[in-house]
Parts: sequence; structure tokens; C-alpha cells
Amino acid sequence: MTTETLIWLIPLPPILAFFLIVLFTNRNKALSHSVAIGAALLSWLGAMIVFVRAIGTPDLGKTPFASFANWIPTADTWLKIGVQIDPLGAVVLFFVAWTVLMIFIYSVGYHNYGQPAGDHDQPGLQPHGATDEHGHQVPSIEPMYSRFFAFISLFAFGMFTLVVSDNLLTLFAGWEIMGLCSYLLIGFWYAKESARNAAVKAFMTTRVGDVFMLLGIAFLYSATGSLSYRDIFQSQVLHTLATVSTPIFGLSAAGLIGLLLFIGTIGKSAQFPLHVWLPDAMEGPTPVSAMIHAATMVSAGVYMVIRMFPLISLDPKTMTVIAFIGTFTAIFSATIAVAQNDIKRVLAYSTISQLGFMIAALGVGAYVAAAFHLVTHAFFKALLFLGSGSVIHGMEHGVLHTGDHKVDPQNMFNMGGLRKLMPVTFWTFLIGGFALSGFPLLTAGFWSKDEIFSGAFSNGSFVVFVTLAVAAFLTAFYTMRQITLTFLGVPRTEEAKHAHETPWTMTLPLVVLAIFAIGYGWVGIPQDFLGLHLNPSWFHEFVGSTLAVMPAESPFSWIVFGTSLVVALGGLFFGWLAYRNVTAPEQDKLQIPLLKNKYYIDELYSFVLIKPAYWFAETFVYQWLDKGLIDGTLHLFGKAANSIGLVVRNYFDLPVINRFFGDGTAHATQWFGRNLRPIQSGRIQQYMLVSLIVLLAIAGLLYYLLVIV
Amino acid sequence: MTAMQIFFLIVGLVILGSALMVVTTRNLIHAALWLIVTLFGVAVLFAILDASFLAVVQVVVYIGAIAILFIFAVMLTHKEMRDRGPQLNNSWWLNAIISLLTFGGLFWMLQSWNGFSKTAADFPSSFDAVGQLGKALISPDAFVLPFEVASVLLLAALVGAVYIAFNRK
Amino acid sequence: MIPLSWFLILSAALFSIGLFGVLSRKNAVAILLGIELMLNAVNINLVSFWRYGDVSQMAGQVFAIIVFAVAASEVAVGLALVISVYRRRNTVIADEIDLMKW
Repeated sequence: MTTETLIWLIPLPPILAFFLIVLFTNRNKALSHSVAIGAALLSWLGAMIVFVRAIGTPDLGKTPFASFANWIPTADTWLKIGVQIDPLGAVVLFFVAWTVLMIFIYSVGYHNYGQPAGDHDQPGLQPHGATDEHGHQVPSIEPMYSRFFAFISLFAFGMFTLVVSDNLLTLFAGWEIMGLCSYLLIGFWYAKESARNAAVKAFMTTRVGDVFMLLGIAFLYSATGSLSYRDIFQSQVLHTLATVSTPIFGLSAAGLIGLLLFIGTIGKSAQFPLHVWLPDAMEGPTPVSAMIHAATMVSAGVYMVIRMFPLISLDPKTMTVIAFIGTFTAIFSATIAVAQNDIKRVLAYSTISQLGFMIAALGVGAYVAAAFHLVTHAFFKALLFLGSGSVIHGMEHGVLHTGDHKVDPQNMFNMGGLRKLMPVTFWTFLIGGFALSGFPLLTAGFWSKDEIFSGAFSNGSFVVFVTLAVAAFLTAFYTMRQITLTFLGVPRTEEAKHAHETPWTMTLPLVVLAIFAIGYGWVGIPQDFLGLHLNPSWFHEFVGSTLAVMPAESPFSWIVFGTSLVVALGGLFFGWLAYRNVTAPEQDKLQIPLLKNKYYIDELYSFVLIKPAYWFAETFVYQWLDKGLIDGTLHLFGKAANSIGLVVRNYFDLPVINRFFGDGTAHATQWFGRNLRPIQSGRIQQYMLVSLIVLLAIAGLLYYLLVIV
Repeated sequence: MTAMQIFFLIVGLVILGSALMVVTTRNLIHAALWLIVTLFGVAVLFAILDASFLAVVQVVVYIGAIAILFIFAVMLTHKEMRDRGPQLNNSWWLNAIISLLTFGGLFWMLQSWNGFSKTAADFPSSFDAVGQLGKALISPDAFVLPFEVASVLLLAALVGAVYIAFNRK
Repeated sequence: MIPLSWFLILSAALFSIGLFGVLSRKNAVAILLGIELMLNAVNINLVSFWRYGDVSQMAGQVFAIIVFAVAASEVAVGLALVISVYRRRNTVIADEIDLMKW
């Protein structure tokens, strides 16, 4: 099978799985997850084959695997859609396939497959536990099990479509499908009001970004007449776009398009100011958080910017905006993360912060660094989320054991000492945490973060460099805080004492992802690391060839290396130091209200945007316009019709039709009858008289007609 | 004015006068008697018209049977023989007008006929009017059928009259 | 000698008088008297037309005889009816015999 055909086929199994589960296997939980995992496995297999062939192909950047077809006829040409795998696409396909497969397997265990059905479980609510034959409370299976697998299959389809597409249209299609699945999955437990609100918030916020992105796509199409990468990235087209200027902010066409597309990324990848949806999205089940909000969907935003880098990098103003937003987001959300107590919230803000890193890298032109961090982040963030899910499961065991449902199994201050009770989770979470912090040499995060620092430093963007360094320090700090509170020390509550390790379906993916979290970094070791003359970084050579001009590797700088070491190790150390003896929130000095309440951004948005929108909708449009004006007009029509009806009835129908014609004919007939009746008097002389009179009358008439006329 | 004409006028006056008396007398017996006078005048008229048989039949049948029958009927409705109030009903003036109009209409219609004033032709000699009448009445290619039917009619009237007036006490 | 018109005028006048009698008299028997006058007028008409037309055509006289027969039967039946009504209703005034009305 040719590679191109295989690429076309990669998104296919998940969408088939979606339809099969929805239409046929919804009742059967085992069949549903088998279909879903089978589909993920098939896509994984296809992706691996394509990846292997891709890395074996020289000059993949110049001649990517590509195949396209005519789709929509437009005037004198066709809008083409198709698939393309160049080096960037290949590495992204690699991590997407692995993380998707791992998360699918994890979901089987997370939703307690094999457990009995719950005592009071209802679809739409989280499972609450069942009583087994010994009278113990055990976790219960998720009532909406098949639905979950259907949705994540649809999601996988969307992501694969986005990755393999060779044009912005199908990329946008995959983008939106993932947005839909995000809504469906965040609001998975739809009976919970907070989940519903979070789903709507996520959809609305990303929608704001998507509108601008669509404007950008439209502008691009009208400027170039095509949406395919191969047509847009031709140097002639790029040159034209870079030189044509637009009236907005003095940007060139390329800059404006880039800015508009980037606003889509601000929404999708939760950058400031559209980051507000991602922490609330933690309402969804943990596999959802892992897949959508760590590994794949939010990465799609960054992937799109990386993909459009040749276009976006043409205008320095746009690049500055991107760098600024990325950097600001990185530091901003890192400061919030240090004050969060929910284990998933910390990771959510961490995601926002790391995406900020990638965006900042792109803003300063570090193309390969951003791609590298994208890949490594996907692995270790997915690992961290899945690990937190495992921890939560363990805590829920404890909650079911003690029966005290008021204890929040996600609050880190209720945990502690879990390293002995959940060893696999502990070690994998530790690896993930170290990768996130950038633990030197051993973890992938170190190499990718180091690349970003190098890029920022050698590009001369010192502000960016310093800010990112501070953010990296905070990252290490809150990560260690998280690990300390959760795993180290002694269990602080009864529930934590009774936690135990989760089944293999959950720990196996953790192990696999941990392997990648460690190993993947080594493919990107820079050429002149530590002044040694190593082989050129495979990752840099491979991914860099996607661009028309291979970017140069940043030269090694001891300052950068030192900064990386200091912030990573220092952050980890201080995090452990500060929290090893903390047992209650009151002892946590960093529980600053401003940070804990996310700088009150949500409240600000609510006041400035949401409430006026509600007022506009509820009062203005609904009460005044809809009910008052439109319904009023309709009521007027109704009243007018009613009055006309009454007038017609009272002035025409009753007097003329009823009385005059109806009653009138009756009266006339009666009158005639009454008056003609006496003719039949029974008196024969009268009859004779009448007949004679008539006879004479007719005689006279005949005389008149026949004789005179 | 010939003698016949004067005779005719007298007879005519008698007829019309007694006819008027018939229709205006209060006493019904008197009316019947005046009717007899009228019928007698008509018989004379028939004689003037050389219909001798008819003249005799008129006297025998009309006066001898029908007028008598009238007198019988008047007597049988004895209680009402004495008149209470006027004998003419309320619309007698309208009736008079109608009668006059009828007479006028008839007169005018007849007058426009051009044979109105012709005179009688003489009888052919040896014309046996009565014999011819008899022959006409019984001859199959003449009027035997109406004759027979008239007798059936009389039978029917006879039976009917008896039946209607039968006193079933 | 005597023009036909005289006979015809006579019969028309007799007819009109008889008509007046039929229309105006209260007593039912008197009405029948009027009818008799009318029938006699018809007879006069018939016979005078016979005499003043083709004398050999006996139709005029024959018709007059038929009229006799009819008049006789009609009077008989009519009077029988009047007597029958008188026995029932005790009246011979035509205006009071008005059951066949609306």
C-alpha cells in the first residue's frame, strides 16, 4: 500500500468506531471499548508505518508524502483538499498516535470496567460506588461507558484529520470537530451543573478565537486563491503577501493573516486572555483532560502556528505580539499554579504555561525548539494527567472505604504518603514531573526547554529569556510542591491511608509514556552541546527540513545551560523544601487570594462581557424586541384582524347577511305565505272570482300584445 | 223591424229580466220559479231557431225535471229558506264589474268576427230537421258514441247522487 | 231577418248574468241556479250557430243535447251534495262551507 493511501486511511478507523459504537454497540460495554481501542490501534499502526517510512525518506521536506484531490469547483479552478506528511507532520503524527492509544487503554481502567454497576448511579453523574457481595463499597462502572468511547473516537478522528491535512480547510474542520468533542466531553457528566457550565464556557471561549481564525483563512483564500500549504508557501506568494500592506495597524497581509490565525490559537491553546476555559475544563473525566487539554487539542493550536510559521514569520509585528502573549501567559499562569490545591488544576495551569513557552519560542523564531517542546510536552503532560487520574482513583478507593463523601479526593491537602501505597503511579508521576521541570540530561523536558532558552537567548530577546527562566523556576517549584504534597510525607487523611494502586489498564500507559518522557529528549541533543562535537541533532535536521530554508541550530551558550540547571534544580529543591512539612492549607504561605482566585479574570469577564451579553439577550432582545416589538406587532395584527372581524360581523354579517338575507327571506316568505294564504279560503265563489279576474287580465294582456303591438 | 224581430226582442227581454230576478231574489222558491220562466223563454227561442225538438226537450227536461229538482232541494234545505240578511255576498259589486267586463269582452271579441251580422239562410225544402237529428244521434259515423257516453254519464250521475245524498239512518 | 249577432249578444248577456249569480249568491242552491243560466246561454249559442251555419251539420244540435244531459247530471249531483252538506253542517251558505282551506 502506498504511503499516500495509508495517510488517507489513518483518520478512518476512529470515525468508523464512532459510528459503530453510536449505532450498534452502545449497550455492550466490552464491545464498545474493543471497537474504540481497535480503531485507535489501527490508526496507531498506520501512523507508525508512515512515520517509519517518513524518517527513512531523504529530503522529505522538499518532497513530502502528498496526495490531493479536486473537491469544490470554483470559477476556473478547483479547491483541492488532500493529505501531506512532511517532517513536521511525521513527528506530530507520532506523538498523537501514541498518546491517543495510551489514553484509550487508560480509559478502560479509569471508567472501572469490570466493576459492578453502581447502587445509585445514573447516566449523567459520576459513578458513586457499588456494594459488592461482602458489603464493601467498591468503585462502580461508569453508566455512560460506551458514550465516552464514542466521543473520544470522534475526537481522535478530528485530531488525525488535522494532522494529516495539507490545507487549512480540512485543518479547520478537524479543529472544529475537536472543539465539539471538547464540549461533549467536558460536559460528559452533564447532570452536574458545573460541568455543563464548563463545557459551554470552553466552547464559547474557543469560538471567539475561531471566528478570527476563520477571518484569517478567508483573507488568505481571497489573497492567494488557495488554502493548500504547497500553494501558499511558494516564495512568490509569500513575497506578495509580505509586501502588500493592510490598513490595520500597518500590518502586511501576511502579518494580518498570521495575527488572525494566531488569535485562533489563543483560544484553542488557552493563551491569555482566552485561557479561562481550560481550568474549568477539568470538570471532565481525567482521560479527557489528558487527551484534549494536554496532549492533543491544545497542541493543535501550537501545531497550526508552527505549520503557518513561514507565513507568520514574515511580519515582525505579528511575531512580537506572539512572543509577548506567549511569554506573558507562561509567567502569568505559573504564578496562579503555585496557589492551587486541586491536583488537576495545578496541571491545567501548568499546561497553559507550557503552551506559553511554545508560543513564545515561535514568537522569537525558534521553530524547531517549539516543535520539539510540543512533542515532549505532549508525552509528559499526558503522563502527568493520567497519573493524577490514577491518584484520584486511589483516593476514591479510600473515600469509598471510609464512606465519608464530603472529602474531596482531588484536594492535594487530603493526600500524602501515596508513594508507598501507589508505587507505579509515584515513579511515573515523578518522571513526568521532572520532565516538566526540566530535570537535566535525563528527561525530555530538559532538552526541549533548553532549546527554547537557546533560541530566545541567541535571538537577542533577553526579556523573553529572563521571563521564561522565571516561569521555568516557578514550574519546577509548583511541580515539586505537587509531588511533595501528594506522594511524600505521611497520609494526612483516612482516605489517603486506604488508597491503593490502580489496575494495569491504567498503569501500563503510565509506564509507556514515562519511557517516552525520558527517551524522547535524546533525539534532540544539540550538536555543540557542552562544546562537544556531537552528531547534528536528528530532530533539528529532520523537522528543520520542513522549512524552505533550514534554520540554523542555536549556538551553545553556557549562560543558557547554567540558567536551565539553576532554575530546574533550584525550583525542585525549593519546592521540596517548602512543602515537606506542610500539612494544611493554613500553613501554605502561598495561598494568596489573588493567585488562588486566578487574578479575578473570570469575575472581570463576567462583569464586563457576560452580564452585558445576558442583559442584551434577556432584556433588550427578548423582552423589548422580541416580546415587546415583534410580539406586540403580531398582537396588533391579531387585534386588528379581530376588530376587522368584529366589524364585519356586526356591521355586515349580522345586519345584512343574517337579518336582511337570512331572516329577511324567512320573513318575506312568511309574509308572502301569510298574505297569500287567505286566497285559499275554501270559498268557491272567491276562487271563481279570482280566476275570472286573472282570465280577464290575461285577455287584456294578449289583446295588448297581439293586436296593438 | 219585422215582426220576428220584435217577437225576438220581447222574448229576449223576458229571458234577461227573469234571469236577473233569478239572481237577485231573496226568496229561493221565487228564484226557482223565475228560473222556470227563463227556461221557458229559452225554449221559445229554440223554437224561433227552428230547433223544435230541442224546444220540447228544454221544456220537458229542464223545466219538468231540473227546475222541479231545484224546488225539491230548496224545500229539503228548509231551514234556510227564509233569508236572514242580504242574499248577495260582500263582494257583489266587484262581481258585477267582473260580469260586465266579461260581457264586454265577449261582445268585443264577437264583434271583431266578420260573420257577426250574417242572417239566417232558409231551410232547404223537405228538410226534416228532427229526423236528421235522430239519424245523427244513432248513426255510427255520426254521433252515436257521444250519445251513448252521455247516457253512461247520466247513469253515473244517478248512482253518485243517490249515494251522496243517501240517508243512512 | 234576425242577425246572428242578436242571439249571440243575448247569450252573452245571459251568461254574464248567470256568472254574476254564481259569484254573488250566498245560498249554494242559488249558485246552482246561476250555473243553470250559464248552461242555457251556451245552449242558445250552440243552436244559433247551427241554425246560422250549415243546417245539415247536426253537430250543433247534438252538442246541445249533450249539454242537456250534462246539465241534468250536474244539477243532480250538485244538489245531492248540497243536501248532504246541509245534513252534516246544517248550513247551505257557501261562505260557511270552507273546510278545504289552508
